[in-house]
Amino acid sequence: MADVNITVDGKKVTAPAGTLLIEACKSVGIEVPSFCYYPGLSLQGACRMCLVKIEKIPKLQTACTTVISEGMTVTTTSDEVRQARKSMVELLLGNHPLDCPVCDAGGECELQDMTFAYGAAESKYMEAKNHKDEQQWSPVVYFDRPRCILCYRCVRVCGEGMDVWALGVQNRGVVSIIAPNKEDHLECEECGMCIDICPVGALTSGAYRYKTRPWEMKHVGTICTHCGDGCKTTLGVRRSDTGMEIVRGDNRDKSGINGDFLCIKGRYAFDFADSAERLNQPLIRKEGRLTPSTWEEAFELVGKHFAEIRDKEGGQAIGVIGSNRTTNEENYLLSKFARVVLKTNNLDHHRTADFPAFVAALTGKLDITASMRDVFNAPAILLIGNNPTDQHPLLGWQIRNNVRLHRARLYVINTLPIKLRRQAANFTQIPAGTEGKVAAFLAGQDSVAEALASESTSRENWIALRDKLRGEQNLIIIFGSEIRGNDIEVLVKFGSAIPGAKFVCLGDYANSRGAADMGLYPDLLPGYHRVADNGKFHREWGGIPTTPGLNLPQMVDAAKAGKLQALYVVGSNPIGRFGIDPFAFSKSFVVVQDMFLTETALMADVVLPAANAYEKSGTFTNTCDDLQLIKKAGEVTDTKTDFEMIVRIADAMGFDVRKLVHFGGGGTRADMGQSRGAQSGEADQHGVWLEAHGLEPKMSPFDPMAILDEIQRLVPGYDVSRMNLLAGNDQHTNLAGSGPSTLHNPELIVPANDGLFSSGTLGRYSRTLNSVIENRHREPAETEVAAD
Amino acid sequence: MTFSDQFESRFAEMLSHYPTKRSVLVPTLLYAQDEVGYLSQEVIAELAQRLDLTELEVRNVISYYSMLTTKPRGKYNLQVCTNISCMLRGAEEIFDWCRQRLDIDHKGTTADGLFSLEEVECIGACSWAPAMQVNYDFHENLTVEKMDTILDEYKNRGMQ
Ligand code: SF4
Ligand code: SF4
Ligand code: SF4
Ligand code: FES
Ligand code: FES
Repeated sequence: MADVNITVDGKKVTAPAGTLLIEACKSVGIEVPSFCYYPGLSLQGACRMCLVKIEKIPKLQTACTTVISEGMTVTTTSDEVRQARKSMVELLLGNHPLDCPVCDAGGECELQDMTFAYGAAESKYMEAKNHKDEQQWSPVVYFDRPRCILCYRCVRVCGEGMDVWALGVQNRGVVSIIAPNKEDHLECEECGMCIDICPVGALTSGAYRYKTRPWEMKHVGTICTHCGDGCKTTLGVRRSDTGMEIVRGDNRDKSGINGDFLCIKGRYAFDFADSAERLNQPLIRKEGRLTPSTWEEAFELVGKHFAEIRDKEGGQAIGVIGSNRTTNEENYLLSKFARVVLKTNNLDHHRTADFPAFVAALTGKLDITASMRDVFNAPAILLIGNNPTDQHPLLGWQIRNNVRLHRARLYVINTLPIKLRRQAANFTQIPAGTEGKVAAFLAGQDSVAEALASESTSRENWIALRDKLRGEQNLIIIFGSEIRGNDIEVLVKFGSAIPGAKFVCLGDYANSRGAADMGLYPDLLPGYHRVADNGKFHREWGGIPTTPGLNLPQMVDAAKAGKLQALYVVGSNPIGRFGIDPFAFSKSFVVVQDMFLTETALMADVVLPAANAYEKSGTFTNTCDDLQLIKKAGEVTDTKTDFEMIVRIADAMGFDVRKLVHFGGGGTRADMGQSRGAQSGEADQHGVWLEAHGLEPKMSPFDPMAILDEIQRLVPGYDVSRMNLLAGNDQHTNLAGSGPSTLHNPELIVPANDGLFSSGTLGRYSRTLNSVIENRHREPAETEVAAD
Repeated sequence: MTFSDQFESRFAEMLSHYPTKRSVLVPTLLYAQDEVGYLSQEVIAELAQRLDLTELEVRNVISYYSMLTTKPRGKYNLQVCTNISCMLRGAEEIFDWCRQRLDIDHKGTTADGLFSLEEVECIGACSWAPAMQVNYDFHENLTVEKMDTILDEYKNRGMQ
């Protein structure tokens, strides 16, 4: 758009036509105070805080609703403007209780800030303040009416942003009030967007209210552990009896791929971490009972058994099950540990998407997968299967708001009338199980059109839809696990004919993509290299078995037949998730690393208490292939990261851990302060410098960055900028060009089917999620038993 | 729920006047209230469904207008203006008199369900202040004596 020139406080400002005055001011560093204005939401013009003087207009104007025009001359600092701001603050404070000392928002409150900057010290109002008691609207949302300044941000974000429309405004004038959709309570998606967008402390959360003060927490930006979307979340932590406790999650700084979005899980369901049922002692089965032990005893026992079985029976007598919720470094390490130390290819995980088939279909195509950011900007999106509102809340948000703010054309093909149909330019409902036929039809196989035609969608409709899609450019094609195996190749064939088309394959857990990329498969190594191909991993890792190992169901069979003598389960609950006979492994030596006594852990011979992803560092890859850094925020004493446990077990087996984790290489063996304890200032400075330059010291075998080095070197697509990664930016990986993989047992894929309020094992132990479910008097969904 | 034929024909007529369905909400609420006496939960649900609105949106609009109510009112709703012109000409006396005679307060309803009372802002009858509106009828230049007769009349009508 053409540029428009204006003058603000004597400064020349140039901005595209259509820019709002408040934004134009911001672009040159002039702050116009505002309450109701919020970028990305509709304009409200309610608070009058943004009044400025525009030459030739007699009355002050609201900068948040004024579009700039050529030659406009604006004053934002005159006495008149200052007086107007002062009066606005005074009016707002007329009914506002001055309970800042106990208010959750105190210290982070926009009204506090504005009063400090523009307000008056005294008030002319003598009237008593309106008072109403605080109300609980849902397990998550509390409303303190007198604090509300009626900016309507909450109403708009819930409606426009979330498409839930659960909040409204009732009455008028001084008695106006924000009201929930069920008169005295809320029934909604419980995302907490309204709470975090509230400029004051009127909306507060059950999770955080009256717990602490913002300045008493340390704030750590990391990645959500729940679904596969990879939202950035800033965790507020403070010391507790057992380490560091997470007290708050939000993303108010709008960093990361999700802006200020988080669903209930990212914002509040970190509480599984301090569940009373958390394991914090290794357990060893003695006389049939799981009995607390020391770490040394446990590692020695595991090391001894694993080594003995490997030496006597060979690696094929050992099985390994990995996790969708451990880091890339841990997954890679586990993959390496299984092959190099245990000498086995019997390795699998709970598969939620057919990533190998996807990667195979993309072979040789560059720049062909869409990032989470792309989904917000693409001109057109085709969504086949899945229900992002429930299963991929961020993806749903990106799609919805792309349609709202950029008018993207959305095509939805689903067996159910999912919520996103409300944003769709075209919604086509299909019978269950026909997603593959849709792919075939789109790719040009007209013969299936008859099978797809229904009362609501005729053969002609289908053809028209396909023509429309073929006419699109830069289309993003997103598909759920309904499309797998060969169908993926077919769909990719269709999409590749569309200029600029990109793909997203949806996997369910926080690091499902990473589990696949790092080779938690019996036949695939990291980067989808086949175990049988004598490639770089054979060179790098040394002699590793080349025959594909057993997958999960095969391991169960082998165990029943007494051929699987040991099973090593890292962060997974196959017995609970797949309904496996709990006695299937009664003849095997079973070791489980987990946070809780899951159905699988209950059967184990050794249980090792694990740290979760909020308590460690490393990287996650989301379902859109965006690689992100996770940082340690919380801590529970007497748990260990899976990374450390794997290394310790290798060590206990007598393996030289230097061959597993290349730490301290290249002669960097300086004293980094370990030996000097609290007096390590100088060394710390050195550490800070190293970190600032992306050169971590990697002094210890438990340093995941040492494995990240190896991943970046050996896994195609992962050689992204380390500097950007460490700075907390998402980095899109590009796996195309990896080795070809084969048709890949699509029947082993079991979607997590988590809803908004469930999250596998983590959800089972989250008070917040459970309280929402109980609050709705719903039976806990079946999906609460999950593998990860 | 079912409304009278008259309501239905008015509703259908209204729909044809506006480009969007939701626009007919306010008049429709008024018709429904005249028919049912107040805007019950049932009415709210029905209208929300007919107009593709959430019940919350319907409630928001109802709460904005003082002429709309979600609670049953008496058969005759006395709206006594106490705004400036009426106040200067003795409206507060009239209102107090009503409270005593009917033994109810602002927004109250008599036990027999005949009368409810409301103190309202200007009803646009300042030239004949003090004024009062009973349902859709105006009564002007009120005095306490006049009020007595008016209320008796309504009472007789209501008892029939
Ligand atoms: S929690 Fe989310 S869905 Fe519920 S009212 Fe707030 S913004 Fe709306
Ligand atoms: S509750 Fe908060 S966000 Fe909502 S209108 Fe009031 S002040 Fe604004
Ligand atoms: S959308 Fe997914 S990644 Fe984002 S907060 Fe929710 S569960 Fe976490
Ligand atoms: S910010 Fe402009 S009126 Fe509220
Ligand atoms: S002031 Fe009573 S009618 Fe106007």
